[in-house]
Amino acid sequence: MEENKPKRMAIIASQGTLDWAYPPFILASTAAAMNMEVTIFFTFYGLTLLKKDVKAKVAPQTNPAMPMRMPFGSKGFQKFTWPIPNVIMGNVPFFENMATGLMKKTFKNKNVMSIEELRQMCLDLNVKMVGCQMTMDVFGFTKEEFIDDVDIGGAASFLNFAADADIQLFV
Amino acid sequence: MSTDSIEKVLDLKGLLCPIPVVKIANAIKEVEVGTVVEATATDPGVMMDIPAWCASTGNELASMEEADNVFTFRVKRLK
Repeated sequence: MEENKPKRMAIIASQGTLDWAYPPFILASTAAAMNMEVTIFFTFYGLTLLKKDVKAKVAPQTNPAMPMRMPFGSKGFQKFTWPIPNVIMGNVPFFENMATGLMKKTFKNKNVMSIEELRQMCLDLNVKMVGCQMTMDVFGFTKEEFIDDVDIGGAASFLNFAADADIQLFV
Repeated sequence: MSTDSIEKVLDLKGLLCPIPVVKIANAIKEVEVGTVVEATATDPGVMMDIPAWCASTGNELASMEEADNVFTFRVKRLK
């Protein structure tokens, strides 16, 4: 009997930046494609990934290992890593907007899906998405701001699912 | 040469993780048990991921080969 029970994966998505938005959705869609039951619990800044229009950005100044590269120009130019000191990144107005634009362009060049597309693929594969009630109250999010297929719950509802899960991840 | 009939052919060239695995998972549901889905991909990750997907879903990797950076593989639906 145990053999026939599908494996389960439980993910907590706690980050809302563009780079950290990818791992939960990539893992969730892959696990669902491997016939696993998947629930993603979105809490704190992760909640913003449930918004109808995701406005996730990257913040290079808090990620010193992020390679700053240009997604255009010759191959050699694209491979060059720009040594931009934090003091400059942190003081140039709208630097993260530029970095976000560059990362989105890089993803597009490499044929990586947008977060919205990846999220829809997860929903098509029956990945369950749950928004954290407490952080919604704290940050003032309403269910109406989110895509339709979201349930709202608390820590207990997540843990109830996670206790029976084969894989549990905090992202 | 295998005598299994190829029911579906997928072009996954240019697509990156997780799309090849998801497309294979969707395609295998659309063919009869005992038949084969053939796919071509350019992401080297499929060399690891498709065998792993087959192992976890209980389907058979009938063949997998590489030529000129293109990976061709056949998955047979077992259940």
